Amino acid sequence: MKADRTALLAAVLLSVYPAIRLSAQDTTAGKNVYVKWCAGCHGETGAGDGPAASTMLPRPRNFTGAVYKVRTTASGQLPTDADLMRAIDDGLPGSAMPAWKGRLSDGERRDVMAYLKTFSSFFADTSQHIAALTFSKEPGGGAGAAALKEGRLFYDSIGCRKCHGDQGHGDGPSAPTLKDDAGFPIYAADLHQSWRFRGGPTAADIYRRLRTGLDGTPMPSFSDLIDQKFLTDEQLWRLAQYVRSLSPAETPEVRDVIHAAQIAGALPAAPDDSAWARLDRYWFPLVGQVIRKPRWFAPAVSGVWVQAVHNGRELALRVSWDDRSQSPDTAWLAFERRVLETMASDDSSPPPSAAEPWPDQLAVQFPRHIPDGMERPYFLMGAATDPVYQWRWTSQPRRAVAGLARGIDQFDALPSAPAAQAVYDHGEWRVVFTRALATPDTANDVQLATGRAIPVAFFAWDGSDGEHGSRMAVSTWYFLALDRPTPASVVVSPLIAMVVTLGLGMLVIVRAQRRGGQEGRGAGRRSGV
Amino acid sequence: MGKLGSVAAVAGGIGLVALALAGWTRQPAVQGGASVTGKVKFTGKAPANPVIDMTEEPKCKAKYTAPAREQIVEVNPNGTLADVFVYVKSGLPASYKAPAPTGPVTLDQDGCRYHPHVFGILVGQTLAIKNSDGILHNIKAKGTKNRPFNISQPTTMTSERTFTASEVMVPLECNVHGWMHAWVGVLPHPFFGVSGTDGSYAIRGLPPGTYTIEAWHEKYGTQTATVTVTGSETKTGDFSFAAK
Repeated sequence: MKADRTALLAAVLLSVYPAIRLSAQDTTAGKNVYVKWCAGCHGETGAGDGPAASTMLPRPRNFTGAVYKVRTTASGQLPTDADLMRAIDDGLPGSAMPAWKGRLSDGERRDVMAYLKTFSSFFADTSQHIAALTFSKEPGGGAGAAALKEGRLFYDSIGCRKCHGDQGHGDGPSAPTLKDDAGFPIYAADLHQSWRFRGGPTAADIYRRLRTGLDGTPMPSFSDLIDQKFLTDEQLWRLAQYVRSLSPAETPEVRDVIHAAQIAGALPAAPDDSAWARLDRYWFPLVGQVIRKPRWFAPAVSGVWVQAVHNGRELALRVSWDDRSQSPDTAWLAFERRVLETMASDDSSPPPSAAEPWPDQLAVQFPRHIPDGMERPYFLMGAATDPVYQWRWTSQPRRAVAGLARGIDQFDALPSAPAAQAVYDHGEWRVVFTRALATPDTANDVQLATGRAIPVAFFAWDGSDGEHGSRMAVSTWYFLALDRPTPASVVVSPLIAMVVTLGLGMLVIVRAQRRGGQEGRGAGRRSGV
Repeated sequence: MGKLGSVAAVAGGIGLVALALAGWTRQPAVQGGASVTGKVKFTGKAPANPVIDMTEEPKCKAKYTAPAREQIVEVNPNGTLADVFVYVKSGLPASYKAPAPTGPVTLDQDGCRYHPHVFGILVGQTLAIKNSDGILHNIKAKGTKNRPFNISQPTTMTSERTFTASEVMVPLECNVHGWMHAWVGVLPHPFFGVSGTDGSYAIRGLPPGTYTIEAWHEKYGTQTATVTVTGSETKTGDFSFAAK
């Protein structure tokens, strides 16, 4: 009986202990971590208004309202501790929030989680119900055509396209009107970039977001639909699987060199030529231009897909990127104004100008001459003394020009423009540039040559995001390589090498066998010497 | 754990009994018979409400003969202001206990607008959110004292939610249709009214006392008045908002 009681006491203590530890937890230690690592963005009082906040879109979380996007709980409910830990540990992709696992110790991360809960009285309110929803397991066959077709059916029937657009690029008719709870402009997620989903890229992550919604944003919860039998749980899974299928299976890996295969005959000059589907595509991430004033912290174009092919005389380069608007588009003017009001401007520059109908733009940059070593012009559009050669395409007027950039502010057009064809298709631009490898103006035009590492960089502007001039998205230097056709010798040489190796090998074996026999016979003689 | 749990339960039980006794020994809540009624006047030139572009929603558009407008400032033909939420802000005795709500309050999404545009509800009372349009609406509540919610309603359906705390006002909105806004005043008592198409409101069943009455408008803010009532008398409390 006494042993029983002791065991019971121990059990009670054990079960209560973590709670005690958690509550004592260390909000003091958590505060130290918070002040050092978090307050810069989230603010001393947790209101999401730290010194760096005004350069961020989406803005840092305001902890005082205890409204969290990525949860496992029902719409509007507080997140579980595990939900908060996940955001801290893994960060929020597509935002400025990094993953803190590995940067802060387990204890520090737990402490800071406990501390940020103190910013809202909701966490101390014991009447609040905090319980993760029950999520079913993912049904199989999700990648199959039938499942995806069913998912697409619900994508249409429950109105996803209203915000996310017909093809999921975040370009739906309601997209330009969207605001978050604090009134900041918010983009409908581009469903083709699952690696930027705040709550994770898998079908299971997407299913959970559909069930819980993303609190504080326009994204609602779809759980009521299941409760009211308008949708079955499996159908919601099919929708999640369909959404997942819009993005590449793996997060695109950034490869440094674009290989342009050589083909015979005409190049695919049209953006939707079927030949492009057979060519490798390369992903290059873009970031806001934050070096030169006025800086730009809210680039709308997160990267470009590039493909290239040549025929020994000409190069065709296709650049595709997601853009929610075919700028200039008056439907987006109010959104643009909100973006400009939201983003801090540099002290030296005039306050954000009124929203203007800027066009979309893209620049492809090369050095004027292919360098022999690693020396390249300044990546950010060259310098006055060391210009770069660029192709610049604009959506309005719809044309491309070539020219020399001498820094961001100076662009001098050259007489030889590349040919360019562009298509805007449901939130995606596809532009094909075509140019002769060799041109008459060898002093200014880059002379494209096979077998060389040709430096190349990309710049993009979304006019409806207020982007123009130095307010743009930039890449660093990468390389373009025009592959040579595979010479016959490449195929024949290994064969010859194989035959020679085989022959020599046989010779060695035969000789070894022969010598082995002689040695066996001569052993007696030698020992006798 | 089990034993500890039962100890806690017993303690909790005793607490409840004590609370119940305390409640029983006090006088039952006074449900009075006094009323405060009045009109909400409007002076100056009423701003035009923005016309709603319903091109994307032909189903909603078809419900109107003239282009639909937002309902930000609704000035009635008699020069009064509609959609003003008038309520008892303070003055009720601490012992006052609201009657249980008799049924749900219905908020209808019809013609891509909310009906009603401004309304009140009791803490704990069911809000039935109805989609009569049969197209995608989401209904988002952005309270700060209440937990938020954001529900998708892509079809003709009704969802139910409740509010747990007093809050004047909780904004409701649809993000698919950025022009759709409604406002709900959540109160622990039924002493509220909304000015109608004649600009009048009525608060009835007040126990005797001196009250602070507040009138709230989504564009013109709040005004307060103090009213003392006894017995079953009806006092008048008029408000007046001016164009900005």
